[in-house]
Amino acid sequence: MNYVPSDLKVVGTRPVRPDGVDKVTGRAQFGADMVMAGMLWGKVKRSPHAHARIVSIDASKALKLPGVRAVVTAADFPDIASEEAFVGEGPMNFRDLSRNCMARDKALYEGHAVAAVAAISQAIADQALDRIDVKYEVLPHVIDVEAAMADDAPVLHDDLFTGGVEPKPTKPSNIAKRVYFKKGDIDAGFEQADVIVEGRYTTEPVHQAYIEPHACLCFYGADGQSTIFSSSQGQFMVRSYVAKLLGMDIANIRATAAEIGGGFGGKTLVYLEPLALALSKKTGRPVKMQMTREEVFRASGPTSGATMEVKLGAKKDGTIVAAQHVLKYQAGAFPGSPIQPGCMCGFAMYDIPNVEVTGYDVVSNRPKVAAYRAPGAPIASFAVECAMDDLARKLGKDPIALREQNGARNGTKTHYGPTHQNIGFLATLEAAKSSAHWKSPLKPGQGRGIATGFWFNIGGESCASVHVAEDGSVSAVSGSPDIGGSRASIGMMVAEVLQVPAERVRTIVGDTSTIGFTHVTGGSRVTFATGMAATMAAEKVVEQLKARAAMIWEITPDAVDWRDGAAHPAGTNAGAFDPLSLSDIALKAARTGGPITSEVSVNAQGAGPGFGVHICDVEVDKETGHVTIVRYTAVQDVGRAIHPSYVEGQIQGGAAQGIGWALNEEYIYDKNGKMDNAGFLDYRVPVASDLPLIETIMVEVPNPRHPFGARGVGEVPIVPPMAAVGNAIRDAIGLRMASLPMSPPKVRAALDVANGDD
Amino acid sequence: MPKVVISGSSCQRFTGGKSEFEVAATTFRRLVLELEQRFPGLGKQVEDSMAVAIDGEIYQDAYAAVLKPESEIYLIPKIGGG
Repeated sequence: MNYVPSDLKVVGTRPVRPDGVDKVTGRAQFGADMVMAGMLWGKVKRSPHAHARIVSIDASKALKLPGVRAVVTAADFPDIASEEAFVGEGPMNFRDLSRNCMARDKALYEGHAVAAVAAISQAIADQALDRIDVKYEVLPHVIDVEAAMADDAPVLHDDLFTGGVEPKPTKPSNIAKRVYFKKGDIDAGFEQADVIVEGRYTTEPVHQAYIEPHACLCFYGADGQSTIFSSSQGQFMVRSYVAKLLGMDIANIRATAAEIGGGFGGKTLVYLEPLALALSKKTGRPVKMQMTREEVFRASGPTSGATMEVKLGAKKDGTIVAAQHVLKYQAGAFPGSPIQPGCMCGFAMYDIPNVEVTGYDVVSNRPKVAAYRAPGAPIASFAVECAMDDLARKLGKDPIALREQNGARNGTKTHYGPTHQNIGFLATLEAAKSSAHWKSPLKPGQGRGIATGFWFNIGGESCASVHVAEDGSVSAVSGSPDIGGSRASIGMMVAEVLQVPAERVRTIVGDTSTIGFTHVTGGSRVTFATGMAATMAAEKVVEQLKARAAMIWEITPDAVDWRDGAAHPAGTNAGAFDPLSLSDIALKAARTGGPITSEVSVNAQGAGPGFGVHICDVEVDKETGHVTIVRYTAVQDVGRAIHPSYVEGQIQGGAAQGIGWALNEEYIYDKNGKMDNAGFLDYRVPVASDLPLIETIMVEVPNPRHPFGARGVGEVPIVPPMAAVGNAIRDAIGLRMASLPMSPPKVRAALDVANGDD
Repeated sequence: MPKVVISGSSCQRFTGGKSEFEVAATTFRRLVLELEQRFPGLGKQVEDSMAVAIDGEIYQDAYAAVLKPESEIYLIPKIGGG
């Protein structure tokens, strides 16, 4: 059922976060906190070369070191055939996943795992790594996306032929796939245009930079029954991937999601878990592994860097009649960049009759990319939203007015097919236009930019259960690891249905043996999909409570109402009974039919898309090129904010990450293809002192497909920032910075060129 | 009959480049079977790795969805997220 907003007592309030005390007191158990008796430490030997054939691996000296218990290489893992699956965050090829966890035949990037060791201490494991003798034949490498697309580029995979082109190529290539979307007639569209803008844009790979490195503790039992405790965005994903990579039955693995110190998409695949479990199998001992920050940078997935070209054509009145976008995304060492969503998101905010989008998924000698908040969309939107700003300037139009004029509304057909329904883009633009920030004057030398963004949001498979304890307190079990506050939102929705205070419901994340299969925490899906399952489970519990009250009162269940956390006779005809509270009914549960409990599984459809509009003010130090964000406002259609503080936090976090992407973050490689800045000292993420308070404005256009109107909120806010910052810089200094990051050296260089000082 | 549109280029290798066609089906499940029969490999591809938009609404899994004679079905890449 759908709940009426005016009746809500819990949803929309701001109770104390349920994970707060554990996190601030250090009691929360993160991946690296777990220990087991007899535990060994696992460490990974990594390739020092960007591209090399593995000639031989000799671990004999390592195995002779006292305290070393086992070494594994690719030879210890099944050589898996190419097989596409959709268990994690996107299409995943198990063969590639296996070879990313442990190199087979070739090392494809600096940091690629080539062996792993288990020893009784970290120090001995480290010594053992130095004694593993790997002989390489170093091969030419390629880092840049367009260099990797060149005919004479070193080819990473001899069996990779470009997909999406006909006829099928006969020569292997680093271009894994070509993607193409078309709407209308692009040539005819540009012929109608009075004004055309074009631009070429580049972005760099950026890491999710979750504060907690990957960590796991795995134990392979003597009978094959195994446990995995790890930091991940999906315990079921971990179970499925590890089972496949090690050739195990899924049911023989019990995976538990640790408290997580951030993921942002980067923990939707496995790196260490298969290695640790393989080492545990060899040794019969639990094996713990954790990455260093340097390993996180060198060996786990950032998102893609890209090169893009955008062309927009408009009539003099501002009507956009044609839009063209070419995107070349780095995939890292294996196919699988977010090129598809990138191609779909760039123009999704607009109603444009003629659109052509071409994308390329390109492998190169970098770590395999992983999902990162709204995968692919921020990159595409950087180019499109900068071009929109240029178009507004060329037309002499207000940038919000241009977007309102061409903005998607209910009934707008996207260039990739679906028709927008129940969307809030125009309402979001209106809220931005009405904001105090937009109306405020700029100081001399400051610049202001705006940009918009879109993300689909998804639903999918989720399970949740609700259990009433003997005293009437309630526990809820979610199948989704809590990364953005889902324990709070799920507990609040359950409390709303039961009509009890939020504090009466305690929500936990179940492991793979205590709750049904649940898709990963990603795609901004948990409060929507798992929340839907929890709501339905709570509704079933209410039906049970009404039936128990009816039994006590000896009336029929349909003569019982549930309100204010208690059963009431539905009317005078039902009888004159005092209300029975949840506690009253729970106390008699044994006598009225047993425990009151319900589990619901759903494959939730109808996730409403989200839109955001960001406003950014900057000052640029023309001496140093340093950009200061002086004011930032993020406006977003959130459907219905279940716990507004968490929603604001998601918006602020996404904006902060996007500002880092815009201004500082990048992978720097030396001429040998080795990363030069694999640490937070040299890979510069924004810190609190870099940012003003990110102001948030929540627009609530309810999603009718969710009982409380919720939409996903976690991904949209990282889509607009890069263009919002870029457009603000353009406003401040009159120069279009088309290459990310817009770091001080680049801004200063652009100013020098403009001043003729080059 | 429901109209099927392949959005983008991902499935056109199964159809010889054809991107729009009509399929006699009253459910999405039946449509997938018809697609497999008419364009071998396409039904499996759709079932394993495609999302679908039926009359404008995106389904990650549309197995049980009912189709109307005038339904418009877009086959689109499956969407993940971060």
